[in-house]
Amino acid sequence: MSVPSTTPRPAAAHSVWPQLEPLLPQVTKPIQYVGGELGAVVKDWDAATVRWALMYPDAYEVGLPNQGVQILYEVLNELPDVLAERTYAVWPDLEALMRAQGVPQFTVDAHRAVRAFDVFGVSFSTELGYTNLLTAIDLAGIPMLAADRTDDDPVIVAGGHAAFNPEPIADFIDAAVLGDGEEAVLEITAIVREWKAEGSPGGRDELLLRLARTESVYVPRFYDVDYLPDGRIQRVVPNRADVPFRVHKRTTMDLDAWPYPKKPLVPLAETVHERYAVEIFRGCTRGCRFCQAGMITRPVRERSITTVGQMVKEGLEFSGFHEVGLLSLSSADHSEIGDMCSGLAQQYEGTNVSLSLPSTRVDAFNIDLAQELSRNGRRTGLTFAPEGGSERIRKVINKMVSKEDLIRTVVTAYTNGWRQVKLYFMCGLPTETDDDVLEIADMAHEVIRAGRAATGSKDIRCTVSIGGFVPKPHTPFQWAAMERPEVIDGRLKMLKQAINSDRSLGRAIGFRYHDGEPSLIEGLLSRGDRRVGAVIRKVWESGGRFDGWSEHFSYQRWVDAAAEVLPGFGVDLDWYTTRQREELEVLPWDHLDSGLDKDWLWQDWQDSLSEYEQDDCRWTPCFDCGVCPSMDTEIQIGPTGRKLLPLTPVDGGGLRLPSGAQQ
Amino acid sequence: MPIAFSQGFTPHPKISYASAAPTGVASEAEYLEIGLRAEVDPEQLRRALDAALSPGLDVLDAVVAGSGSLADRIEASHWRIELPEVDPAVLDRAVAAFTAAGEVLVERMTKQGRRTFDARAAVISIDVVPPTETPSGAAAVPCAILELVVRQVTPSVRPDDVLSGLRVVADLEPPVSPKVIRLAQGTLTAHGAIADPLDADRDGTAIGGR
Ligand code: B12
Ligand code: SF4
Repeated sequence: MSVPSTTPRPAAAHSVWPQLEPLLPQVTKPIQYVGGELGAVVKDWDAATVRWALMYPDAYEVGLPNQGVQILYEVLNELPDVLAERTYAVWPDLEALMRAQGVPQFTVDAHRAVRAFDVFGVSFSTELGYTNLLTAIDLAGIPMLAADRTDDDPVIVAGGHAAFNPEPIADFIDAAVLGDGEEAVLEITAIVREWKAEGSPGGRDELLLRLARTESVYVPRFYDVDYLPDGRIQRVVPNRADVPFRVHKRTTMDLDAWPYPKKPLVPLAETVHERYAVEIFRGCTRGCRFCQAGMITRPVRERSITTVGQMVKEGLEFSGFHEVGLLSLSSADHSEIGDMCSGLAQQYEGTNVSLSLPSTRVDAFNIDLAQELSRNGRRTGLTFAPEGGSERIRKVINKMVSKEDLIRTVVTAYTNGWRQVKLYFMCGLPTETDDDVLEIADMAHEVIRAGRAATGSKDIRCTVSIGGFVPKPHTPFQWAAMERPEVIDGRLKMLKQAINSDRSLGRAIGFRYHDGEPSLIEGLLSRGDRRVGAVIRKVWESGGRFDGWSEHFSYQRWVDAAAEVLPGFGVDLDWYTTRQREELEVLPWDHLDSGLDKDWLWQDWQDSLSEYEQDDCRWTPCFDCGVCPSMDTEIQIGPTGRKLLPLTPVDGGGLRLPSGAQQ
Repeated sequence: MPIAFSQGFTPHPKISYASAAPTGVASEAEYLEIGLRAEVDPEQLRRALDAALSPGLDVLDAVVAGSGSLADRIEASHWRIELPEVDPAVLDRAVAAFTAAGEVLVERMTKQGRRTFDARAAVISIDVVPPTETPSGAAAVPCAILELVVRQVTPSVRPDDVLSGLRVVADLEPPVSPKVIRLAQGTLTAHGAIADPLDADRDGTAIGGR
């Protein structure tokens, strides 16, 4: 299907708009392909020396709000000689038309062909975007396999959380960056700029080598994987002398020095989030053992209350958004979250601006926070994530919150006017039994009972939302076996019956869950090695697209593809998913350094099995997870003691021209 | 912009669109009404909005709304339809058949489900434009051009309904997707022409610079 690698790169990057436009009336939501958003940047092609195409490999409506891409887009475009444009996954209807009419994968900014760029950066927050990556590569006319690419093809760089184990896509990407991207993209840009200025000596191979030598850009082709006769990995070693044995993650320190996004993109089409999101800190050391994000983003680095205030002010002025999201892995844990919320609430009193926090920790939510979040009468959704139904399983996963805490917290929300809260749990956790899951029903019943008693009203609800547990690389559960989908589905069915066993309470409880099957495939992709690449390719060839969307995801397609290619390697789907790993097994990502000490991870896994909890290093002494010494980083937290000052009121009927908007 | 919001738990900005063009259709004449919290100079508002919107979405004019709703002033719409690879003579015959018919029933999916309605009565004029007026950016292939003035009715009769009508009466099947442009909409004059719906609020002088 792919275009042979001998086709020359398009000379100058002309717009494909004339070819694209006639196709748009024939597809759903054509607005997602036109670009021109407030905040979008179009630069002169010829004036740029290094050109990036950035992709979020999902539909525009999911990809546009993505913070990672928005940040990198802005950081890159601030450089005078660098140009960055965005591209998203096209829906199958447009894909078919593009193939028929020969229209290549394009950027939404200036509608240029992706293949014309120097670097094609793809952001993976989830592994379910892998098939969409293959579609984009193929539509772009770039050879599918990295090994077949020439100097006329862009360097494909993967980033985002899933890039901490890029092995399943190692055949398709040229490089991967682990960790924070702000400085990484600047460093890559500098290397590409210099190499081009020198006349591109040594071609693509030399460029990749220069990237690899930084020790923080992983170039899979420079590493060989050897396997044992039983299918396990024997070792992963460099196949040339001048690349490092291990590649290290990047950590952006001092978030106050990187106040992005400054000019958030304002979509014309409807998207999953329409708000100005500010990360209030990165990293999390709560230590939930299933949480890859918490493990790989250590240590905690707070953005100060004053920088957050400044960003909110400028971000809202630029964008006109009416909602501010204070984003992080556990926002209520910021050392000055109270002052931040009350300060912002005061500053925006009497306006339509509302505040929201993503999923809030039960123990950190209190009446003050509740009141600040609801100050202007608008209450954005509240989600609490106890994750496990029983006290026992919560010890296993290190989610230290008691049932009493949860009930008290939810009741606080109800008495402060919330009518509806969402409770998030996981099913299929290590050591989990039916009883652990059934306790979720008791918890939900008690929440409703206590809520009715406290408010004297029957008009309160809660939604129990359950996701399947997927063991992730670089976590203490990286060795764990997954539960079979049938077992998970059985437990969810029992839970549903238990919730509805009391009709009166059951009526006030919504139940949302994901089947076990998609999780199993996520498990294959998250802990897979290079052999899994053949499965991804097979699935894609048989039509697999948009695997994060239940209406597009086909479990059978993945099972069939796995059954077709994996036995050739002496392994199968179960081997990757429901098999428990041993301590000494070489894991596919062992040569990729997240800073976490493997011995510490193993010890934490053993502690988990003996239901022993681990504290947070922000409030107790360092417990030697390994990150800070190996990455030369440190915890950066407040309190700063500073407060947000009242804003000088914007003159009542003021009209403002958005600064820097394109005309 | 000091936009006004509706009351209630989930306040919405007060914006209403009068007979917006269907998705995928180009337009030179869309109108919307915005509720504001404070008085502003219309020209400054026009500039601020124009700066915030995408290139190609140009805000041409703004006036302070007088009495009566905007929707009431949208009586008819003027459309141009370019039909690449259609022989103008064939189109001529189809249009003649359409004009001759008393009623042309067409079907379309609406929010209320599949509906059948007359596409003929609302059409005030339908003309094949001489090919001397070359279409926008089209290649050197034969191209027939149609201009329509259609009355605003319920359910609305859109350009694609008229094209469906041409298929019904004369089996006209455009080989490639037609390009549709709305040229104007507004109040209908006695002579069947369309007048700018903002004229009534303008006291004779245009505020916006065109
Ligand atoms: C907002 C959010 C969402 C939103 C918006 C998603 C979007 N469009 O961006 C919604 C609600 C849609 C969502 C959905 C999901 N989410 Co979510 N989400 C988040 C949240 C709260 C913030 C993400 C964020 O903006 N981070 C900040 C940005 C700046 O970080 P970043 O994207 O990682 O980017 C940095 C680096 O990774 C790097 N980088 C990124 N891309 C690239 C590319 C290149 C080339 C380079 C060099 C570097 C680079 O540079 C960036 C700057 O440093 C996080 C939790 C968190 N605080 O991270 C969870 C989180 C990312 N989501 C998660 C999950 C599981 C999901 C879902 C799969 C849930 C589901 N089962 O449906 C879906 C997947 C959606 C999809 N198809 O992509 C998990 C990821 C799991 C993991 N890795 O362990 C997280 C970590 C939450 C958690 N603790 O479980 N999510
Ligand atoms: S090294 Fe110590 S201080 Fe740093 S994140 Fe790990 S436990 Fe916390």
